[in-house]
Amino acid sequence: MSLKVLVGCKRVIDYAVKIRVRPDKLGVVTDGIKHSMNPFDEIAIEEAVRLKEKNIVKEVIAVSCGPTQAQETIRTALAMGADRGIHVEVPAKEMEKLEPLHVSKILAKLAEKEQAELVIVGKQAIDDDTNATAQMTAGILNWPQATFASKIEKKDDFLEVIREIDGGLETIKVKLPAVVSADLRLNEPRYATLPNIMKAKKKKIEKMKPADLGVDTTPHFEVIEVTDPPAREAGIKVEDVDTLLLKLKEVGRI
Amino acid sequence: VNNNMALLWRSLPRTLACTSLRSLNSRLLHKGAGASLCHHQVARKFEVARGLNPSPLTILSKDEEMMKETVAKFAREKIFPLVRKMDAESNMDESVYRGMFDNGFMAIEVETEYGGCGSTFFVANLVIEELAKVDASVSVTCDIQNTLINTLFRNLGTDEQKDKYLPKLAAEYTGSFCLSEAEAGSDAFSMKTTAVKDGSHFVINGSKMWISSAPHSGVFLVMANANPSAGYKGITCFIVDAGTPGLSIGKKEDKLGLRASNTCSVHFDNVRVPEENILGQLGQGYKYAIEMLNEGRIGIGAQMVGLAQGCLDSTVPYILQRKQFGKRLFDFQAMQHTVAYLATEIEAARLLVYNSARLKEAGHPFIKQAAMAKLYSSEVATRVTSKCIELMGGVGFTKDYPVEKFYRDCKIGTIYEGTSHIQLNTIAKLLEKDYIS
Repeated sequence: MSLKVLVGCKRVIDYAVKIRVRPDKLGVVTDGIKHSMNPFDEIAIEEAVRLKEKNIVKEVIAVSCGPTQAQETIRTALAMGADRGIHVEVPAKEMEKLEPLHVSKILAKLAEKEQAELVIVGKQAIDDDTNATAQMTAGILNWPQATFASKIEKKDDFLEVIREIDGGLETIKVKLPAVVSADLRLNEPRYATLPNIMKAKKKKIEKMKPADLGVDTTPHFEVIEVTDPPAREAGIKVEDVDTLLLKLKEVGRI
Repeated sequence: VNNNMALLWRSLPRTLACTSLRSLNSRLLHKGAGASLCHHQVARKFEVARGLNPSPLTILSKDEEMMKETVAKFAREKIFPLVRKMDAESNMDESVYRGMFDNGFMAIEVETEYGGCGSTFFVANLVIEELAKVDASVSVTCDIQNTLINTLFRNLGTDEQKDKYLPKLAAEYTGSFCLSEAEAGSDAFSMKTTAVKDGSHFVINGSKMWISSAPHSGVFLVMANANPSAGYKGITCFIVDAGTPGLSIGKKEDKLGLRASNTCSVHFDNVRVPEENILGQLGQGYKYAIEMLNEGRIGIGAQMVGLAQGCLDSTVPYILQRKQFGKRLFDFQAMQHTVAYLATEIEAARLLVYNSARLKEAGHPFIKQAAMAKLYSSEVATRVTSKCIELMGGVGFTKDYPVEKFYRDCKIGTIYEGTSHIQLNTIAKLLEKDYIS
């Protein structure tokens, strides 16, 4: 099997960290805060590595856009089993404004350059929750997409993917080459064992800039304000259903 | 500025000091730099001049960070949920035991060709520390394997012995280090276990006590005296496979703490081992034991630091949220002072441990610092855990909260791998040499 798979992994604030809004209200505090790989991207990497172990895929390439620290994220991917990494250098200040459209263009260009036949990313990043990169990458490449994947099986020249949708599960067929986005129940990512972390040091990480791929990272929109959600208030008890309906009407809920 | 200059002057070779200091001095005076900036600039210039590249002890390299993160993740997700159960049942869960092997925790320094990680002594200590933040029993199992068993094989083993045992120790089973006896603790060399030569074999007879991991170990490193008339100079280290006829494991001790780590007596009743099973050389066992324990105590230091940190980490969130008299417990100055003092002690202990590990790795003398690290960190652990129970109040006294386990687990720290008094003896002996020579 000569299939090459490109996996996007984003460096985000760790899921366990308590997020704080910056004093300038234009973002959240990131300095000195613990970062790690986006959990859905971990699932994507795990799936790619499993496909390699099943001999369905020949090579797993981990890609991350970001400042120097993004290399740590790539190293984690390498320690989990990816073969090599590509670090698309985006300085920290620019990274704040990097949009899914930019990332999609980058991934599309890399998929073409590497002649990958499969692109897997997490369904969304836990910082911006945009859930757009997989879809846009497929659009730019004009490839079929299988998003919210909870199971992937290769059959001949297509993938049979079970998707998690609001109504339940949907099974679709996508011809290769394709873009897939990983949902929570696709798999349980392995731990990067200590020996594998040491072995990963020998794996190559190629560095490049968005401009090298002909991608312009000028932002298309501007963040005007970031605020905390309103503090949770205590509820009130009412005596009967009529009062309940009245109260709900009062606050505009019905 | 003048004070800093004086200090540097005294510590530098004269020629360098004369020219550089004068030129720096004038540059700094003219630039009107503030006191702190001056110190940095001067320090940096002379660091470069002396060919040193010092870095803060607690700042880790990227590799070390990554290893530490991985262990922390495993400990949090796979060990933490089972801690209370393992303590109650006095047994380590199979998934935790296997997990340690599968994730490479049991052979950190062992070379990759034997299935190890090929990493460093410092990383081994980081792993021990991270595990201890969650469960000190799991940590000690990892510590013994890495700092005692693997080290003995790596340093003293023949190629055949290394080929035979290191891969198994990396992937399959623990090893047990058998030195202490019922009548030989601190006075280890008064041991009564003997090894009598019989043709090309040795016959071992005796009983060892306080042997960790005995029930599931695949190999035992047994210190036995092959020449009692020579006193301690007859002590020899023998490799004894589990299942060798005559080797039996006694009942598990019912301990105050470290309950998930099995501790048993091990009996040798005419156990025959071929002379190829001598590790190192005949009659050199006493030396090996001392050398290995000198390193092993850094590992124990790391365990105690991790334990103390884990205990404090379980306590502070509680007192940040519990209210009495309309205020958080942490809002009372006495509570703040207590916590601040405990945190300071843990930091100091950690620095002793990290520095002795770095000294050893860099090939510098480290025995005094290692003894200080073990002594201090084990005593800090007892103070921190004791105080944390008080800070938690009544709930700290129940098994529903983790602090009482940390309190019980820490107590062995001042006792095993050389009691605090033995450490003090070691430090004093080395100090004497510093002043006499």
